[in-house]
Amino acid sequence: MAQAATIEPETGFQPTGDELLVVEDVKKYFPITRGIIFQKEIASVKAVDGVTFSIKPGETLGIVGESGCGKSTLARCIIRLLETTAGKVWFEGRDITRLSRANMRPIRREMTMIFQDPYASLNPRKRVGFIIGEPLEVHRLGSEKEVKTRVQELLEVVGLNPEHYNRFPHEFSGGQRQRIGVARALAVNPKLIVCDEPVSALDVSVQAQILNLLKDLQDDFGLTYVFIAHDLNVVRHISDRVMVMYLGKVAEVSDRHQLYTEPKHPYTGALLSAVPIANPELGRARQAIVLEGDVPSPVNPPSGCRFHPRCPRFQEGHCDVEDPPLYPFGGGHVAACHYPLERWPMNADEMSRVSSRATGVTTDGT
Amino acid sequence: MALLEVKDLRTYFHTDDGVVKAVDGVDFSVEKGQTLGIVGESGSGKSVTNLTIMGLNPKRNTVSSGEALWKGEDLLTAKPSKLRDIRGNEISMIFQDPMTSLNPVHTIGQQLVEAIQIHRDVSKRVARARALELLKAVGIPRAEGRIDDYPHQFSGGMRQRVMIAMALINDPDLLIADEPTTALDVTTQAQILALMKRLQEDFGSAIIMVTHDLGVIAEIADDVLVMYAAKIVEHANVYDLFNRPQHPYTWGLMGSLPRLDADAERLTQIPGQPPSLLRPPSGCRFHPRCPYVMEVCKTTEPRLEPSQRDSNHLQACHLDEETKDREAAKLTHMAEVS
Repeated sequence: MAQAATIEPETGFQPTGDELLVVEDVKKYFPITRGIIFQKEIASVKAVDGVTFSIKPGETLGIVGESGCGKSTLARCIIRLLETTAGKVWFEGRDITRLSRANMRPIRREMTMIFQDPYASLNPRKRVGFIIGEPLEVHRLGSEKEVKTRVQELLEVVGLNPEHYNRFPHEFSGGQRQRIGVARALAVNPKLIVCDEPVSALDVSVQAQILNLLKDLQDDFGLTYVFIAHDLNVVRHISDRVMVMYLGKVAEVSDRHQLYTEPKHPYTGALLSAVPIANPELGRARQAIVLEGDVPSPVNPPSGCRFHPRCPRFQEGHCDVEDPPLYPFGGGHVAACHYPLERWPMNADEMSRVSSRATGVTTDGT
Repeated sequence: MALLEVKDLRTYFHTDDGVVKAVDGVDFSVEKGQTLGIVGESGSGKSVTNLTIMGLNPKRNTVSSGEALWKGEDLLTAKPSKLRDIRGNEISMIFQDPMTSLNPVHTIGQQLVEAIQIHRDVSKRVARARALELLKAVGIPRAEGRIDDYPHQFSGGMRQRVMIAMALINDPDLLIADEPTTALDVTTQAQILALMKRLQEDFGSAIIMVTHDLGVIAEIADDVLVMYAAKIVEHANVYDLFNRPQHPYTWGLMGSLPRLDADAERLTQIPGQPPSLLRPPSGCRFHPRCPYVMEVCKTTEPRLEPSQRDSNHLQACHLDEETKDREAAKLTHMAEVS
């Protein structure tokens, strides 16, 4: 099997050949132009700026980050709703980044997507049966009758009444619509489903229904998920591994247990401490690390480490000069920080006291 | 005397399909300096409750009854001129969506100055100084330079800060915050919650915090109302609510929450959908989704009354105390195991 052999060494990642999806140094820049006739590119929004990761079959990779960190753009690059500016996406050992439309079509059967907004992602003028069956027709999978049987089967799988085949989307509630979205994604029996914030528009009780459904479907059909969310609780619940993104780059990747118990990147730490805990005793005893300011603009990202203007551990002359690579911390846990957290939990004061440097950097005895 | 006392508040919307009872008999009160959390899902009536108190429901087709006593005076029957005096002055409100609640064609400075001059007879210069002071208080960097910027020049978190500044500009006694952090990222949410806590300490305002996020409630509220289908199903001190929840709907909400401090393989889900308020279920409105449903639940509506052990813990459920304690213990145990 042809493999991505040129993965950057510092990611700590060596392709073993059994990955379902390998994303290699993917970049997506959106040009900012000026002028009407002669559109001159004056700058670009670096939405995704060199992201590398891989997923094994049956695994769920959670991607978290704040708005504007590039997680949705990345998702769209993976399934080629957007063309990447640079980098490669390998699916089952095959580079799909520059495949033609015709060559891409069979691969589109293998990877589908669930969208965030269950109100906007279903065509209001089409019946549910058509919406779910359309992927089958596009790929010419079965006769009209077979498609109908399959759609009714799918409706049942996602917990809707097969009789509702002829209804319109507006007749369903938000949670039910998201089930329709899930059924549509499942229709062609894909291997990979990219879920872009599938539950953030839903109420908690309905959110739990959809999360349970996604887990059940994964067990039943051996699905692989890329699960994008900004809610760390949700990501922890559903993922095997979690990737934290900040301003177009990977800040930290780890299995979900380590990420939440031993975060290494100060940004991950700040995110974790900012999540409200549904327990007044625990929540109020803890001292949240409140980050100052906003996420900077991806047009002119900060020099060096992109997190440095907001980082409590910022060291002048190092963090703002040298872009940190992903240092390995064992067990596939990597973090892009020159001064990773020594332990967890810590409060803001402790976090600002830097005592160690990342492995791979020559220590000067501090 | 309580600052705000709401008695048997009802808001009915008359629509073509029938009467939607959006708020159906709600009682609560807010004391000075207290934070009351209102939690519930979309359509449970938590926002309409506040809009009714503020007199902001559309006049057409809306019928409100009951009382909302503000310092002893009923807001529901108050004259529009009186309401205008109170709104934005004694009671102010922060809305959910910071993107749409500022006027895009005026600078934030103009909008803040307007908010002051409507209620106070002060010069523009004094008002502007006050506006600047508030922008600094809510943590807008380089406030002097940004006061003449337009809303689109601010990020979501910064706009929400401007909204908070505007809400606080006349030193309100009560701040109603309707999902103030829902549209924001977690780190921004943490900033805004910390800010609201600090400002409450500085200004001593009471806060009504409406949210669907139990985590936010646990962080900020003193007392909590849980609303379901236009009614209050549980009302307790925040510690009691989280340690001894007494209503199956509250259990469902807590169980369906994936949380950092507990590691469940499957989430407990509440089956079904919230009911239509056009034709709410008979008896207890939660009975079609309740795993503990009994015959009595289908016919008799439970009253919101004190639980046997704690007279301050109000709940509306027919279940016996023992079952409730057992189920509540299970939930809190789950959280402790981790």
